[in-house]
Parts: sequence; structure tokens; C-alpha cells
Amino acid sequence: MERIEVLKTYKIFIGGQFPRTESGRYYPLKLKNNMTVNVSLSSRKDYRNAVIAARSAFSGWSARAAFNRGQILYRIAEMLEGRKEQFLEELKQLGYTPAAAKKEVEQSIDRLVYYAGWCDKYQQLFSSVNPVATSHFNFSVPEPMGVVAILADESSALLGLVSVIAPAIAGGNTCIVLASESKPTCSITFAEVVATSDVPGGVVNIVTGSRKELHSHFSSHMDVNAIINCNSEKDFNKTIGENASLNVKRVFTWNKNWNDEKEQGPYYITDLQEIKTTWHPIENIGVSGIKY
Amino acid sequence: MAKKEVKKLEYFTDWKYAPSPEATDHIRLQKQYDLFINGKFVKPNSGKYFDTINPASEEKISSIAEANDKDVDSAVKAARGAYDKTWSKMPAKERAKYIYRIARLIQERARELSVIETLDGGKSIRESRDIDVPLAANHFFYYAGWADKLEYAFPNRQPKSLGVAGQVIPWNFPLLMAAWKIAPALATGNTVVLKPAETTSLTALKLAEIIQESGLPDGVVNIITGHGPVGASMVNHKDINKIAFTGSTGVGKWIQKAIAGTDKKLTLELGGKAANIIFEDAPINQAVEGIINGIFFNQGHVCCAGSRLFVQESVAEEVIRKLKDRLETLIVGDPLDKNTDIGAINSKMQLNKINEYLKIGVNDGAEMYQSSCTIPKKGFFVRPTLFLNTSQSHRISQEEIFGPVLAIQTFRTIEEVIEKANNIPYGLSAGVWTDKGSRIFNLTSKLRAGVVWANTYNKFDPTSPFGGYKESGFGREGGLHGLMPYLKF
Repeated sequence: MERIEVLKTYKIFIGGQFPRTESGRYYPLKLKNNMTVNVSLSSRKDYRNAVIAARSAFSGWSARAAFNRGQILYRIAEMLEGRKEQFLEELKQLGYTPAAAKKEVEQSIDRLVYYAGWCDKYQQLFSSVNPVATSHFNFSVPEPMGVVAILADESSALLGLVSVIAPAIAGGNTCIVLASESKPTCSITFAEVVATSDVPGGVVNIVTGSRKELHSHFSSHMDVNAIINCNSEKDFNKTIGENASLNVKRVFTWNKNWNDEKEQGPYYITDLQEIKTTWHPIENIGVSGIKY
Repeated sequence: MAKKEVKKLEYFTDWKYAPSPEATDHIRLQKQYDLFINGKFVKPNSGKYFDTINPASEEKISSIAEANDKDVDSAVKAARGAYDKTWSKMPAKERAKYIYRIARLIQERARELSVIETLDGGKSIRESRDIDVPLAANHFFYYAGWADKLEYAFPNRQPKSLGVAGQVIPWNFPLLMAAWKIAPALATGNTVVLKPAETTSLTALKLAEIIQESGLPDGVVNIITGHGPVGASMVNHKDINKIAFTGSTGVGKWIQKAIAGTDKKLTLELGGKAANIIFEDAPINQAVEGIINGIFFNQGHVCCAGSRLFVQESVAEEVIRKLKDRLETLIVGDPLDKNTDIGAINSKMQLNKINEYLKIGVNDGAEMYQSSCTIPKKGFFVRPTLFLNTSQSHRISQEEIFGPVLAIQTFRTIEEVIEKANNIPYGLSAGVWTDKGSRIFNLTSKLRAGVVWANTYNKFDPTSPFGGYKESGFGREGGLHGLMPYLKF
């Protein structure tokens, strides 16, 4: 008799765990092989739980050595490379051609490696020692903003997700991502990759569901520091902007074609950084001129 | 007034450390090593091999090929070929992946590399395991990431690789120096001919094996072994675009002269005689640890060693007393033992040089104080040594000894110590110990040295530029600044 395949239940990813949505709701997604997946229709409460997880992970993650964050991002790339086949198959079921799927996965891996390299480098480029006129040692350094909420690119199953998560966490932030509504399966498989890459629980949280329902909650939460929208719905953007003003969230619209090699760089990291300036006195006694 | 009772630190001398040697049965070493040229191990044209020995036992470990001019030429040709055909044409992000692979392979084989480093060079296993090897891997990992980001490092300029880099490294941090040299050179798109020091070739040759395993295109890295003339031959080779040298100031000056009038780009990381300055408000116990680490780290075979100690007069008695106490606790002996603080001196030659300086110090009138520890009969060992009552004119206060020997002077005012600290041809590093932040920044702005450690010493990181002022050389290794010596604009 033919062996019957075991099918995967797609859950969501919060605080390093894989629960189903607390609401018990779902939306059906028909794959190219005519199978139907019941995707979690995440609720406001799921999002609020994810923010708690992200906030509690923030102090640990932002305190990690930059080099260590780099190693962990590189580890995600290693894990993704190892599970390439699974992603190719999933992308095919979402309607990608084999060539497009291959490109999507390989670009995602390379982009993770690219941002792994930035983890301990952007600081040197965007810090400064400021030549103030008084006798002070005055310097400015970037520091992570905190918890970042992301509405991922609707048109991309994997690369759109990776392209926004990577710069956020490379800079020491933690995040909550709403995956593409029409292509959500890869996001959960990517969560499995993240969960096995030494990324501490809560640093990356991924929920699936309706952008129409969740965009106002994503933007109004008072314990979120920044929101990124990767889509171009005009009325959503207005709501997001207005809600963001409640606690002066930083708002970014990254409506990009992530397949473009140019859509990566340190400015995606620095968007999600604050600048801190420190003043320290310099004692000025001793030899007046340096003779040697 | 009753005399204040001075409490001496008491160490429980009846508590002996049990031997705790690191296992050596897992390492893979060959009886004989050839030259690594164009991706293959090839026999030297000279047909000659020399012994590499364990300085802690004086026993032979392996035979190393002695390269000659012809080998240098074929290594340079291989590097040029690889530069023209593959490496300069490869997309930067793919170049990065090879360098990441090398970093990962070093991490995977870290324990083996540390044991070999200790066997071949004499440094304590604690240091090779916790410092040399992890830092070497981190250096590759760090510079790998720069490969496809160079245009961000130098805004408004278009960085281009130089071509073939000839690199000559010393014996004090063999694998780490190889990493400091190779990693930035590859990340910036150059190809490499590297010569390790003749007493410590083994980890460089193990690195050659790792490079082979990594699949790096043939000829991108070539590693050739031998004595001084091999380095000289590289320096004089017409088809090398860049010389990077770490070693003595004497040789550095010779190199600078030899390439004068050519288009070769040069970086030199040379000797040092760092001032380690202790102010009266310093946390004394921490400072004593810092002094110990500053001078006895790696048997004092460190170009940035804190070999001149300046103690403010008001605390000199306390600092020196505590320093003497601490000196007694240092464990000198088998480098493979995990409890060992000070291992073997790298070579007979270096041992003789250090012993010569001990005589010079005494003859010049300084007061020598040594630990009462016993040292092994076989192998090259020196007791950790302090020289008290030294003055600025003493040779032991002016010349780089490169051993576990500390020259101590006292000072009264900031003016005086800045003057004394700077009045030397070297300018690699310095240390400052004080509780007062504003004083630290006063000192860091006035000391003429490339690295200043405040309330710490001998700290290294791939992101942190390292290099000297004055006769300690020029160019920086580490960080963004470490890319510059391998680029043209």
C-alpha cells in the first residue's frame, strides 16, 4: 500500500514557541497541489502576547556582543541553506516557478549573510567623536530602538520577510512580523529555521493573519517603538501614521522590490537606531606641548 | 605614632595544583611539511628541511621546508595568476563566503590548533585556547563581512584591491598574526604570499590545510616557510604590490629602505616599550593584576607589552609590595598544563637575549627581583622578573626585551610621567590606571601611542584598530582602518 504523507500544521511563532492563535480562528489557503492549509488567523491578543515576548527579549538581545549577533545571523543562513529543498517545495506550492523559487531562497540566504556581516560594522560607520569647543570627550553612537512591528511584503513569501527581519535584529532590535497574507506558509517554516539557529526566543516573532484587521493594532500598541509597513495601501498608511503618533513611534514605509540586489544596506539598520551622545570632561593639566 | 601593620597576602602554599595537562592525542601532525603553493603542498627547490622543536622540552616536533628564491617566485606567480584569473573577478559576496568558511573551519578545529600552537611556540594552553585561536577565527569572520561592503567604508571613493600581498609574520602569535594579515587582504580582494616565522610554522601550515579544505581557489593564499632570507626575497620580489610586516623595528627599517623608490605599499607593525602608568587614585588591586597581565601575558613576547611601569610615588611602596606578592603566585612551567601562567620562551636565541638583558639591568645598577619559583630543567624558561629603581637612561628602560621582564620607575607629577612615557622612539601602546575619567582622557590625548588601555591592558578585538606611532610602525590592523592598507582609490 502507498505510504500516506504526514501533513504539517502551520502555527504561529511567539516567544520561541509555536502556538496556534489564541482565538482558535483560521483561514483556508489552497496550495497548487490542491491541498488546503488552515492558516492561523491571528488576533489582537496574539499580537499583544508577541509584543510582551519581544519586549522581554530586548534587553538580552541588545546587550549581546555585536559579533555574537553576527554569528547568530550567519547561523540562520547556514540553517536556511540546509533546508533549501523544503523551501523550494513550499514556494512551488505557493505558485513560484522553480527558477523564481530558487532565486528567492538563494537571495534570502545571501541577504542573511550580508546582514550578519553588518552586525559589528555599522557602528564604526555611523558613530562619531564630536570635536566640541570645550574640554570634553564627546561621542555619539547608534543604539537599537527597541521593539519593531513589521507588516511584511504581501507579494513575497520569504525574501520580503528576511529583508526586513535581518536589519532589525542585526541592529539589536526585537520584532513582531505579520507575514504575507496570501503566502504565509514559508514564514512559519522560516520561524522553524530561526528557532534552531541560537536566536533567543522572543527576538523574532511571526504571526499570520489579516493585515486589514491587524494594522491598526500593530500601530497603536504603546510598547512598540517603531513600525514598518512594506505595502502600499494608502488608507492603512494613514491609520498607521495616526496611531503611531500615540507614543511617537517611528514609521517607515519600505515598499520595495526586495529581489533587487540594491535593496539592502546599512541604512535599513540605521533607520531602526537611535543616536546617543555622551559628554565626558577631559582634565587639562600637564605638559602643554607634546614634544615627541 | 605606632607603625601601621602591613598585611601581607597569604597564599596557602600547602595547596598544590595537581598537574592538568591538555590532551595531545587528538591532534594531527605530519612528520614533514612542504610549501603551500597554488593550492598544493610542494617540495622546496632547495630540498632542505629544518626542525621545528617544542621549546618546553627541546624535542623535535616536525620538519619544515626551507624555501629559496625560486619557491618565492613560484608562490608569487601563483598568487598573481589567482589574482588575475579568479579572485579579482569574483563577486565580492562570494569572496566573503570563502572567508566565512575559513572562520568556521578554524572554529571547528580550535582545540587542535591551540594545542599545536602551544607545542610549537611555548605559550600557555590557557592563552592559545582562550585568546589566540578564537581571536584568529573572529578576525576571519569579521573581515569576511567587509568584502561586499567596502564602498560604505570609504564614502565618495572607489576602493580597489592592490594585487599580490607579501606578508611576513612573527613567532609570538603565529596563527593570530596569520589571521590579522590574511583576512583583511582577502576581504579587500588581494591574493597572498605569507611567510610564518621559522620557529612557529606549524599552525600556519595547518591553516594552509584548512584553506585547502575550504575550497578557496588555488593560489589565492600561498604559505611558504623558511628563515630570514625568504622574507628578504619576498620584499625584493618585483611582482609584489604590498608588503605587510610584523616584527622587530630593526627588520622593519631594513624593509622600508629596501622597497624605497618602488611602488610597493607598506605597513609595519614593529616593536614597543609601552608605559603602564599607575596613579595614586587607581584601584590598586586591579592595577596590580593589570601590570601582571601587561608584562607577563605570553611570556612578555608581546610588542605592546606594558614593559615600563610608572608608579606614582605616594603608592609605589604598596604597588611594589603587592606586585612582588602576586609574582610569587605565578605558575611557570609546562605550557600544556591548564594552570600554567607563564610557559616557555619561544627559542634558545630569545632565551639568551633575555638573559643578556638581565645582566645588563644589574650592571646598569637596577635592582633585580625574581619570583622564587622553580623552573623546569629542560626547555627554555625564565623566572618572571622585576627591575626596581630603574631610570629613564637604563637600557632595560629603553630597549625592547620581549620577555617577562618589567622595568619599574616612579613619578611625582603628571608632567613628569607624560614626558617620560613619551621620551622613547617607540609608540605602540600605553596603559593608564586611575579612578578619574577626566584624567584618562587627558592622558589618552597626550600619550604618543597607537593604543591606550585605560584601567585594562592587552585587550584585542577584530573591530579595534591596532598599530603604532613613531618607530613602532605605521598602518593599522583591525576594524575599518585595517582595510585601508590593502586598498587603493
